Amino acid sequence: MKSLEDLKRLQQQVKAKTSLRHAAGTQVIVGMGTCGIAAGAREVMSAILNEIAKRNLEDVTVRQTGCIGMCEKEVLVDVVRVGQPRITYGRVTAENVPTIVAEHVVNGRIVEELVVAKIEE
Amino acid sequence: MRELSLHILDLVQNAVEAEATKVMLEVVEDLSADTLIIRVRDNGRGMEKQECSKVVDPFHTSRTTRRIGLGLPLIQMSTQRCEGHLKIESEMGKGTLIEALYRHSHWDRPPLGNMADTLQTILVGNPMLDFHYLHRVDERSFSIAASEINEILGGVPLTQPEILQWLQGYLKENLAILYGGVENEES
Repeated sequence: MKSLEDLKRLQQQVKAKTSLRHAAGTQVIVGMGTCGIAAGAREVMSAILNEIAKRNLEDVTVRQTGCIGMCEKEVLVDVVRVGQPRITYGRVTAENVPTIVAEHVVNGRIVEELVVAKIEE
Repeated sequence: MRELSLHILDLVQNAVEAEATKVMLEVVEDLSADTLIIRVRDNGRGMEKQECSKVVDPFHTSRTTRRIGLGLPLIQMSTQRCEGHLKIESEMGKGTLIEALYRHSHWDRPPLGNMADTLQTILVGNPMLDFHYLHRVDERSFSIAASEINEILGGVPLTQPEILQWLQGYLKENLAILYGGVENEES
């Protein structure tokens, strides 16, 4: 049974081993408008968080955003790596998530067949 | 949508898009009164009376206001199918209260579904949001507050692998206890 006491202990451990980080990590953004949610955005979000936990990725931040007007291409997932264009993946399913995380988030290789937009920052 | 927990995620996202910094979410299941009530109270920008009456109309609203499209009409339809209702109270500059009521035992009532994933998404996806959740099932209750978690974390992000695993387990276990230790219907 997990408790807030466990969280306090974990916080101590994590803090001890990760000092001075969390600055320039990779950002993953999931579209969570009504359109995104109806298309399965929550499942995609959970799959991303599961991958982060499973692969022990310590410098990834995950955010959600609202409808950005490409409703027919939901679920939309953006990956932003420092110094690289912002990549938008479309029609993402939970099954695509391990590939996107392994290829792009971890190794920096864009998964071309799922890309719907590229924005130069 | 097939789960109430997906509608709930949608309602919280509406609040965030209305620039709310504080969201109080309540799910109250009263089995003797046979009701299930979802309440979302935010301190966002609020709406005028006129806009308030229009938000459940899918054709007028999606054009005039960007914050609400099909979300609220879909929720209203699902409450009406279950001898319930959707109530919206809002004040400009103060915030909005949305209340959805369902007959708990109604044949057409969607299952609450995966509330743990909805809460995890809200907490991780909106780290700056002062989010508070209270869930009652008769005399049992579970609550979680982002402020309490953040205070313990002291700057360590929720997306740290160990912390994420804790959060998933904590939510699942505590929600299961609400239903006497068994997993929720269809989760």
